[in-house]
Amino acid sequence: MDQGEINKMNRSFKTIIRTMAMSAVAAAAIGSFAPMPANAAEEINLYSYRQPFLIDPLVKSFTEETGIKVNIVFAKKGMLEKIKAAGANNPADAVLTVDIGRLYALKQAGVLASVKSDVLNANIPAHLRDPDGLWFGLTQRSRIALVSKERVKEGELATYEDLADPKFRGRICMRSGKHAYNVALIASMIAHHGKEKTKAWLEGVKANQARKPQGNDRAQAKAVFEGQCDVAISNTYYMGKMQTNDEKPEQKKWADAVRVTFLNQGNSDRGAHMNVSGAGVLKGAKHREAAIKFIEWLTKEEAQKIYAEVNFEYPANPKVEASALVKSWGDFKSDTLGMEDIAKNRGAASKLVDEVKFDEGPTS
Amino acid sequence: MSGLHLRAISHAFGSNQVLSGVSVFVAPGELVCLLGPSGCGKTTLLRLAAGLETLQTGQVEINDQIVADGASARQMPPEQRGVGLMFQDYALFPHLNVRDNIAFGIDAAKGGRRSAWIDEALATMGLTEYADSYPHTLSGGQQQRVALIRALAPGPQILLLDEPFSGLDVTRRAQIRADTLELVKKSGVATLMVTHDPEEAMFMADRILVMNEGRVVQDGSPVDLYFQPADAFVAEFFGPVNRFAATVRGGSVDTPLGRFATPSLKDGTAVNVMIRPEGFRLSTEDATPQPMPGDPGDLTAAPGTFEIVTARPLGRSSFVVFRLADGKSVEARIPGVFLPAPGSRVRVAVNARQVHVFETR
Amino acid sequence: MTSLAARLPVIGPLISGAAFNIWTVGALIVAALVAAPIFTVLGIALTDSSDIWSHLYHTVLGLYLERTVVLMIGVGAGTLVIGTGTAWLVTMCRFKGSKYFEWALLLPLAVPAYVLAFVVTDQLEYAGNVQVTLRSLFGWTRPQDYWFPEVRSMTGAITVMTLVLYPYVYLLARAAFLEQSVCVLEVSRTLGKTAWGSFIHVALPLARPSIVVGVTLVLMEVLNDFGTVDYFAVRTFTAGIFDVWLNMNSIGGAAQLSSVLLLVVLVLIVTERLARQGRKFHHTSSKYSELPSYRLSGLRAALAFSACALPVLLGFVLPATVLANYALEFYEETLSADYLGFVSNSLILSASAALLALIIGLFLAYAVRMSRGPWVKLAARTASVGYAVPGAILAVGVLWPTGALDQSLSWLGGHLGIGIGAVMIGTVAPLVYGYLVRFLALSYGTAEASLGKITPSMDGAARTLGASPAGALQRVHFPLMRGSLLTAAILVFVDCMKELPLTIILRPFNFDTLATFVYQYASDELLEESALGALTIVGAGIIPVVLLSLTIARSRPGSRPGAR
Repeated sequence: MDQGEINKMNRSFKTIIRTMAMSAVAAAAIGSFAPMPANAAEEINLYSYRQPFLIDPLVKSFTEETGIKVNIVFAKKGMLEKIKAAGANNPADAVLTVDIGRLYALKQAGVLASVKSDVLNANIPAHLRDPDGLWFGLTQRSRIALVSKERVKEGELATYEDLADPKFRGRICMRSGKHAYNVALIASMIAHHGKEKTKAWLEGVKANQARKPQGNDRAQAKAVFEGQCDVAISNTYYMGKMQTNDEKPEQKKWADAVRVTFLNQGNSDRGAHMNVSGAGVLKGAKHREAAIKFIEWLTKEEAQKIYAEVNFEYPANPKVEASALVKSWGDFKSDTLGMEDIAKNRGAASKLVDEVKFDEGPTS
Repeated sequence: MSGLHLRAISHAFGSNQVLSGVSVFVAPGELVCLLGPSGCGKTTLLRLAAGLETLQTGQVEINDQIVADGASARQMPPEQRGVGLMFQDYALFPHLNVRDNIAFGIDAAKGGRRSAWIDEALATMGLTEYADSYPHTLSGGQQQRVALIRALAPGPQILLLDEPFSGLDVTRRAQIRADTLELVKKSGVATLMVTHDPEEAMFMADRILVMNEGRVVQDGSPVDLYFQPADAFVAEFFGPVNRFAATVRGGSVDTPLGRFATPSLKDGTAVNVMIRPEGFRLSTEDATPQPMPGDPGDLTAAPGTFEIVTARPLGRSSFVVFRLADGKSVEARIPGVFLPAPGSRVRVAVNARQVHVFETR
Repeated sequence: MTSLAARLPVIGPLISGAAFNIWTVGALIVAALVAAPIFTVLGIALTDSSDIWSHLYHTVLGLYLERTVVLMIGVGAGTLVIGTGTAWLVTMCRFKGSKYFEWALLLPLAVPAYVLAFVVTDQLEYAGNVQVTLRSLFGWTRPQDYWFPEVRSMTGAITVMTLVLYPYVYLLARAAFLEQSVCVLEVSRTLGKTAWGSFIHVALPLARPSIVVGVTLVLMEVLNDFGTVDYFAVRTFTAGIFDVWLNMNSIGGAAQLSSVLLLVVLVLIVTERLARQGRKFHHTSSKYSELPSYRLSGLRAALAFSACALPVLLGFVLPATVLANYALEFYEETLSADYLGFVSNSLILSASAALLALIIGLFLAYAVRMSRGPWVKLAARTASVGYAVPGAILAVGVLWPTGALDQSLSWLGGHLGIGIGAVMIGTVAPLVYGYLVRFLALSYGTAEASLGKITPSMDGAARTLGASPAGALQRVHFPLMRGSLLTAAILVFVDCMKELPLTIILRPFNFDTLATFVYQYASDELLEESALGALTIVGAGIIPVVLLSLTIARSRPGSRPGAR
């Protein structure tokens, strides 16, 4: 080959390499598309299992008061893996969850950092936070029965165990047994009664289903309103949301059709099943102080009040009262079973749902 | 020297030796055919000449310029060699119409002049009305013609044709061959054509090179190859032959169909006698076979008469099979219509020029 | 035997002829990078010790499998019938509106599956508009008073998935029908087959490879879908994957289940290829006159019209209208959030991913064409399998290589005294990487197919006619591949716009797309409030989809102006 040909070949080769390089540069440029959070003290990065539209009011207030910006990534799964894979490069500072299950999993994975905070210790009762300061409960919610005012007499349904009673055949609506809230409930049953009895109970509940488990908690109330069933199982705050929904007034009708019933309230009974939403600081957080500040802020009166008024939850901080609407549902005894005891049984609870084929509906 | 020179070309693909010491020379205006069975390396030779394969051993020279040299590893890329190549599958570009396909290789500078040339070429090949059509709307024969014009359009010094007619149906082939020959000769380009059809080679070529297993077996004019094949392979390549085993005695061989002189062979040599079917002249029992117009030399009469097995008309010739005394069948092709009834007897004479005797190997 | 590489005079000269050249090595590296997440998932699966199998086997595995199989058969059959039937009607028949249906039938591609699922359940369930109207019309008050098909059931799931996925089969069937040669059809008619018979016995079998590819795509989508089917309270194998992951806290178990899924998909693909071997499906003639069109009128035209209108109505018009309705009511929710930011994020992200997927797909296709031995092709095929892994699991598979890369870079930087922060984590790079892994099959497959139509002798012809290798690429390869490459880019773009699981998990802070924004609400069955966002996703998908249809229509040789 003479020089001319070599040159030509090199030129074509170069063109191709150049194109590839440009693409790589373009990709890298796009890669830096999202500005990386600056390591200034003015920001915290939050992984949240709660939808942003639910925690926005809190975040806004916090930022107004402290000037610290809160960046949120919302996801229902994959966060733990994301944290583990990033290792030391993990950009997130804290995690916000909607139930104890996620918190426990994070703790078991060893990604939570221990926090010693007098504020937190003062604001959150001991049974609602991790003894080593790895996680802190922020709000409580109970899993209650919403029974049809017309078709269910007062006291007809008194306990969770009653749900398996044949007198409720074809009258119960629930969301999927695999949903975290139900898994937690079943887990608490296991903690109290053991696996065998809980399995029998679950089978009884399944036989009482009015339809195949579907939809979310509010959909169960809707079903009661429509007459498809008489008993719905739901978290407390959904009732509040329905009662105050101006944009979708039909939900008010659903709320009107049902009566809030806290279960297991008898004198020697254990009380209603509770779950917590909570938060924890991640190990290696780049904005650890700001993150702690944020969580502390969430436990203070102002934030807890928002939780109470806007989200209709029960504040973890005993100094803050529930909202008037929530109080109107009545006082109740809560099950003081440790949150971690519930979390430990989640795996077994989930397996029970499979064994009983709970989600297949009453006719299967 | 101008024209195409391929000198001592050898080529191997891995452990497969495809060409061994092949030399070909094509003068400007000449059309040379490479004839041989598939796999004998003809296409590889073309691709080496075009620069589509890297030359390993040997030299390629085009119009006094060495474009490829195995020794010095010099390889001029195809686009600079001025070689036109027409592929067996035509390889027309589907996204261009006929005119654009043809104009593909033409430099913008020569645009004006070549446009007239294109029109003329289209007219010669009867494709004027298809100038704006796309290749897939054309028939096979039309596509072939476009491919040919396209190869010639840039005014190459050498034209290479790779089995240009193999994809065409038989009825059209003759016409297309003639048209192609006309166009090629008109352009005055040195042309090297590859084919496996001996009749085609004889029609088109000024010279034929018969190749087998990567070597040139014989190089000569069509007439030379046909009447003086260098060996049994070449003889058999130009058509089926009837074979007879025999031994040379007294400077000739004896066969049931007559005695033929073999001056160049020693007595006692075991040979194969090959007689072409078209070398027979037959007559009914009561007559004598007559030479046809154009038959050179005398006919050698075979002793006795022979029984007809079958006789079928093929249009311009007849296919007749007759049986020897020992039961062996002999095939003959007789010009015109000659259809003796099976079972009847005929007299046979042989045109000695259609008899080829080779040592048995 | 001549090596293909040596026979390709266009790109052949760009390599030095060694057995291991830049293209081969480069391709192997790229393929390894793209396949890394898949191998990560396999790795996680293999190193896991938790035993989920016995529990699943004794409880729900059978049920999951049965459900999954039923779903696959139902959706496979549904998309086959709708996709192929409408493609035929639109290509071969002329009736009122057929010209519009050509592109309208593709519109459901722009609608995310979860949106359609929501709309359908919303409208058809007990408290939805349809039943409410029925009840008021007929005076029924309780569910026991009448029978109405249960929406949240297998049938509902099959219907919605069919409506969402039939465009893939439609697309490929139509392209195949457009490619067929007329002579074959005419021969069929002279042999006594009616138009219908010609369809069943000639056109359909000849289009079989394309249709099979389409249905395979559909089945893969069905296999790794989670959100849509979940809406219908139908629990499939994929539901099992997520259950094991989230409720039993076993990512390893989930990875194992995903690997099984992967295996099933591989079996699908291999079966499809084996069934194709030995059969010739080429054009039986190279003549392409204009396709005859059967003019339909009266009842036939009406039937054809309805057959085409129904999928479009249910798969596009219905969800678009419902969304528009909600958007009008609830637009403030969306606008108050960073709506324009979401839009630009979605558009730029999808466009970049489409471009990158195209470049890499092309690169691999060329490398395969030029390599000796089967390794590069095998590598490229392996890299294309990302499609088969459920999105969220694939995201986990992406997390590890990117996390590891960052950690090694930091370690390296630490040793060199430079502070290198995270390079991948915290940017959209892992996300684009994830899209690439998931959608490479589309771009590579297309590039491979269209490159395959450029024969080595075309390359040779271009070279001997005076074009340099680069010139041949520009004047022959590019024009011939342009259409298919555009198609692939469009499909990847539209898919990225709708994509959810990868985006949710891999996105960095302060980066939301329209899809993740909608997800906030959709995940709580509150889609109404994000309707404007969902509508924008659909809107952004319409133009590319129409473009797609035009590209396909022009793919028939000779349909360009001046072709006669």
